[in-house]
Amino acid sequence: MLRTKKKQTKQVTDLLLQSQIGEEESFRVLMRRMARENKTAVVSFVLIVVMILAAVLAPLLTPYGEKDMDLLHRLAAPSAEHPLGTDEGGRDVLTRLLYGARVSLLIGVAPALLSLILGAVLGVAAGYKGGLTDAVIMRVADVTLAFPSMLLAMVIMYALGGGILNVFLTLTLVNWANVARVVRAQTLKLKNSEFVEAARIIGVSRDRIMRRHILPNCLPTLLVLFTLNIPASILTESSLSFLGLGIQPPNASWGLMINTGRQYLYNAPWLCFAPGAAIMLIVLAFNFLGNGLLDVLDPRMKKQ
Amino acid sequence: MNEKTLEIRGLTVCIPTEKGVIRPVNDVSLEVPAGSIVGIVGESGCGKSMTARAVMGLLRYPAKATAGSVSLCGRAITSLPEKERRKLRGAEISMIFQEPMTSLNPVVKVGRQVEEAIRLHMSCSREEAKARTVEIFREVEIPEPENRCGCYPHQLSGGLRQRVMIAMAMVCKPKLLIADEPTTALDVTVEAQILKLLERLRDTGTSVLIISHNLGVIAKVCDYVYVMYAGRIVEQAETNRIFDRPAHPYTRGLFRSVASLREGSGTLETIPGVVPNLLRLPAGCSFSLRCRQCGENCRRIMPDLAETEPGHKVRCFLAGKEGTE
Repeated sequence: MLRTKKKQTKQVTDLLLQSQIGEEESFRVLMRRMARENKTAVVSFVLIVVMILAAVLAPLLTPYGEKDMDLLHRLAAPSAEHPLGTDEGGRDVLTRLLYGARVSLLIGVAPALLSLILGAVLGVAAGYKGGLTDAVIMRVADVTLAFPSMLLAMVIMYALGGGILNVFLTLTLVNWANVARVVRAQTLKLKNSEFVEAARIIGVSRDRIMRRHILPNCLPTLLVLFTLNIPASILTESSLSFLGLGIQPPNASWGLMINTGRQYLYNAPWLCFAPGAAIMLIVLAFNFLGNGLLDVLDPRMKKQ
Repeated sequence: MNEKTLEIRGLTVCIPTEKGVIRPVNDVSLEVPAGSIVGIVGESGCGKSMTARAVMGLLRYPAKATAGSVSLCGRAITSLPEKERRKLRGAEISMIFQEPMTSLNPVVKVGRQVEEAIRLHMSCSREEAKARTVEIFREVEIPEPENRCGCYPHQLSGGLRQRVMIAMAMVCKPKLLIADEPTTALDVTVEAQILKLLERLRDTGTSVLIISHNLGVIAKVCDYVYVMYAGRIVEQAETNRIFDRPAHPYTRGLFRSVASLREGSGTLETIPGVVPNLLRLPAGCSFSLRCRQCGENCRRIMPDLAETEPGHKVRCFLAGKEGTE
């Protein structure tokens, strides 16, 4: 007991030492500082980890199968046996929620990340290089944005066929243009800043300026876009599933669960409530975590 | 001392506008001898910074160098392809700006930024670059250099940031350093320190071209001075001479417009009028509109840059004649 306490004090003093100006800050130190300063971010992080674990360990956590029907207990209210009730086919909602988390988390994060990378690279290139590069990239982006995103997603999904990889691709193609536009605007602003000029003066190449000087300065914006893209992706996926283009029943995703539960909103509200709450929680968690990361990753936001 | 670090011959920069072509830099020739500090003075908008940009090869579209040549240590650099010029920047020729607040990348530690300059031009490992950074920080008198390397720009004061900029600019031992208003944003004590630093830099073999509107700075450190007005050089001479016996009415006006603490200096004089619109330059001397001694000739013909005494050139018809005051 005493030893652990001593260890703790040592850790605290270490932290204090490390957080002083000039100390080389490793990622671990940054994370520890975030843990110290921003409790919400920690809670969010824990929540995300728990959800991921729950999704991965779903078969161990519930006695029922994802697709096990029990027609005698359709639309059963929450009880000891079914903590979140059952759906119209008598399937356990908690079980489906856990299995659905696999799809929804993946759908939320992967396309958001992909469109972020694609959009950031193209946006910086368009903004910094200008001219023809800019014109081509931004016109493609304009065309992408000109279609209602749902329509575009439907068309792409229809052309590619179902399947989770195609959903990734579709959501990436739908979302990149927004990211690219924002990043391009930011790049245009940064391009004429004196530090970019100074970098050119010491002979830094264009590619390197884009990579090392402009992209890191867009990071705060990108983080915000990322956290906003996650819920958007989850919701778009649910709409696609609803239209029969995304994940198909009897497989489960949160969006799909809400959409099927909609019909029973009056007699079995838990069908919508559970996945709705899950989406809300995960979205909030990503938002808070994003804010927390922003605080520690952007040196200008640092509280001294 | 005959070697010239920088030689500019007839440099002209053009900017096409809707109303016609303007020439912010017009037929400028100047040279920076090895191991010296040369100054360019002039009002805002007279083409000082544009000249510096042209030398660096960093003119912004649509500005373009249309005529003239720039050579660095005898090697013409204006005709080099962009890739070659980029290699020169930082290694042979470098520049510092007036705004140390915004010239450093806010999200990269200053040590990293200096390391970047080192690693771009010298082949060395990360550790060597780091060691060199600490060394150069010590040379530019940054206190606690080891700790400062890990600072972000916003954690440093203006003077320290300017030192970092200088460190970044001189770390590869360039032959020429262009300092564009290096002390304008700093207070006088820091200014004096930075100027000392530039002098020390000269002593280690880097020639310096200082661009400033601050005559005090010029008087303190420069060996030779060029005075620019409306894109042209109107007077050039050694510092002592030009401060003793300014020949061009514009130069005199500039000197008179400096507030002095001496007794009896009376009301501060100003030069009437403003720098003329470069689109509507007078046919004759571009200073004729504001010149008190302007004669008939001045309005019609642009005077040449003529040598009145060895090493002293003036672009004025009245120069050299006594009693023009």
